[in-house]
Amino acid sequence: MMFKTTPRILTLGATALGLGLAMAVPGNAEARDFTVTSWGGNYQDAQREIYFEPYKEETGNPLLEDVWNGGVGAIRAKVEGGASDWDVVQVETEELVIGCEEGLYELLDWDELGLSGKLIPGAEHECGAGTIVWSTALAYDGDRLDEGPEGWEDFWDLEAFPGKRGLRRGPQYALEFALQADGVPVDEVYDVLATDEGVDRAFAKLDEIKDEIVWWEAGAQPLQLLAAGEVIMTTAYNGRVTGANKTDGRNFKVVFPGSLYSIDYWVILTGSPHFEQAHEFIKFASEPERQALLPNYVAYGVTHVDAAESISEEDLPDLPTAPDNLAVTAQLDTEFWVDNIERLTERFNSWIAQ
Amino acid sequence: MTVSTATALTGSDLKRRLRRAEWRGRLRAIALVVPLLLFLIFFFIVPIARMMWLSVDNSELPSTLPRFAEEIQQWDPTETPLPDESVLALFAEELRAAAEARDLAGVARRLNTEVPGFRTTIMGTARRLPDSPEGSWSETLIGINEDWAEAETWLLLRRASTTVTPYYLLASMDLRMGAEGGVEAAPRDQAIYRDIFARTFTIAVGVTLLCLLLGYPLAYKLANLPARISNLLLILVLLPFWTSLLVRTTSWIVLLQREGPINQALQGAGMIQDPLQLIYNRFGVYVAMTHILLPFMVLPLYSVMRGINPALPRAATGLGAHPFTAFRRVYLPLTTPGIGAGCLLVFILSIGYYITPALVGGANDQMVSWFIAFFTNQTVNWGMASALGSLLLVAVLIIYWLYIRLVGVERMRLG
Repeated sequence: MMFKTTPRILTLGATALGLGLAMAVPGNAEARDFTVTSWGGNYQDAQREIYFEPYKEETGNPLLEDVWNGGVGAIRAKVEGGASDWDVVQVETEELVIGCEEGLYELLDWDELGLSGKLIPGAEHECGAGTIVWSTALAYDGDRLDEGPEGWEDFWDLEAFPGKRGLRRGPQYALEFALQADGVPVDEVYDVLATDEGVDRAFAKLDEIKDEIVWWEAGAQPLQLLAAGEVIMTTAYNGRVTGANKTDGRNFKVVFPGSLYSIDYWVILTGSPHFEQAHEFIKFASEPERQALLPNYVAYGVTHVDAAESISEEDLPDLPTAPDNLAVTAQLDTEFWVDNIERLTERFNSWIAQ
Repeated sequence: MTVSTATALTGSDLKRRLRRAEWRGRLRAIALVVPLLLFLIFFFIVPIARMMWLSVDNSELPSTLPRFAEEIQQWDPTETPLPDESVLALFAEELRAAAEARDLAGVARRLNTEVPGFRTTIMGTARRLPDSPEGSWSETLIGINEDWAEAETWLLLRRASTTVTPYYLLASMDLRMGAEGGVEAAPRDQAIYRDIFARTFTIAVGVTLLCLLLGYPLAYKLANLPARISNLLLILVLLPFWTSLLVRTTSWIVLLQREGPINQALQGAGMIQDPLQLIYNRFGVYVAMTHILLPFMVLPLYSVMRGINPALPRAATGLGAHPFTAFRRVYLPLTTPGIGAGCLLVFILSIGYYITPALVGGANDQMVSWFIAFFTNQTVNWGMASALGSLLLVAVLIIYWLYIRLVGVERMRLG
């Protein structure tokens, strides 16, 4: 008995080790199905109805879904880990720019996609195809304020609108909006911010309302802050605001003038075994008549120029891409932020601690 | 003679068999711990070693532009304002090759960490670099971007060309390398990390003390109630312990907010006029973290207190000690293993807290882990993230070492 036990234990150990190694080695990627990863929540529910399910039905190809919360770190870990189970991911501009430089995404074949010149400016990138346009804008509760703020100067006006204000934690957006409150037109914000004096000026302006700011971190927080009366006004993502109005019967208002918009892109992760199918999917999800369905669910602008025509009159004013809104906003300058986010985040935290 | 030989033979034979049996037993023991050992090595020791290595790793530039990295070390800025033309040619050649291979991001990120905006400089230069120089390479480079005319720029590249760098570790302590060598203080705008470490330790110590203050009497009561009732009450301690951290944190948001039940009750009772700011500040962080970590204090205390003979403090009072003296001189010393274990657990857990301060704290209440997450996830600066993580690890090890020196590891009871 004794003699047999030892080898058996050794075999057991060896098997466990073998199993462990087998799991650590990149699995046979070809065996898994095509996987699309997006941001979850109501938004992905809408995507499922508009893009994912019809894609499965019409092409007969399998499609799995996953959810993520952003961050280049997550994608880098997937790609460099070698066992990525994602093929197509919806990323924000910052992740697009950094990840593309890092070689985390495949270069798109724009001839194959056949979308060149058909997307709005900025939506065509060597690594990504734009799919939605969303804004970070001023929002307030129409039930609490009859006459709401009309722009960033009102956001800074503590006498006319006493109470706390919500801003996204960190320098991004806070500096741009502060400069606007200080009289800089929205389309000149980044020219001013590129200089040291401009940064000083923005922080000096933030000083004026420093004690009245509640800093939020996750996208759902500002709406919760508004609903709970914690803040009188806040910055928020426009799609979430309209979503809360539709699902929770809120009367939140979005102030588009002076807001900053940004584009989300479809990318294909480097080494994806479903490279062709990924293109097929991106092409499918970029068809104008399909994209035009999205604003009915979530108030995001879409990227195909022809989609704008088929969006209903009712949904249009809520969209960042509505011509009236687009005229009074600017695009978030991702290049500026990728260059400066570390230093300005340090500066922001040193300012906060003063 | 023959008899003694036979005995000796049997003896050595016995010894050999005994040794073999012992060896077999030892092998079996080793085989049993091998899975755990492998687990520890692969998922604990290797990642930590890698993290510590990343905090000094400077291989981005040497691995992407290897020959240039070697050559630029020879350059002496006191002799020539710019590196030699041959070095510049090498730079141009390797830079272009790296850009074509989409291999420049690491270098760009590394340089941008030190000089914001340098990412654009080097990426832009790589894109516009011609195959052959227009005039000399120095003229060509300066024609693309005037930064290349500055000795500062090439000094930056030279600093990035060594295999290891103290940059990240220094930056995590608000220090940097001076222009003439030597270490100097970082500019005020960037000198935030000492404050953040101090803040992290203050919050961790505060939460630990609050947990002790609340947990000690509770554990005492639990330990001295009849088992039937104390088991029931213990479930009330464990129930939140089993609830998701996120749920407990968000519940505190609901309770503490401006129009939440606590403010409404205080206003209704006429105790305050305007609602108090109970959340999105340090107060909210203390409340939520103390609540979440309290079970880690109560459980070790409870287990130690259960083992204390209730006759001991009673004997002390019987011998004429004031109840407080009996507590201080008899009961309290007997509970120190529980206090030590509980405090250590709560302190070490709270030092790495991230989600709770992020949700209920203000901008000035974020702890080190928030910055680690920022560098890992958002800017992919693993050097800074690892440096902050390594410092935190060292700090915890020092505290643990102090604890063992002061209290002793054998005096710790974890439950």
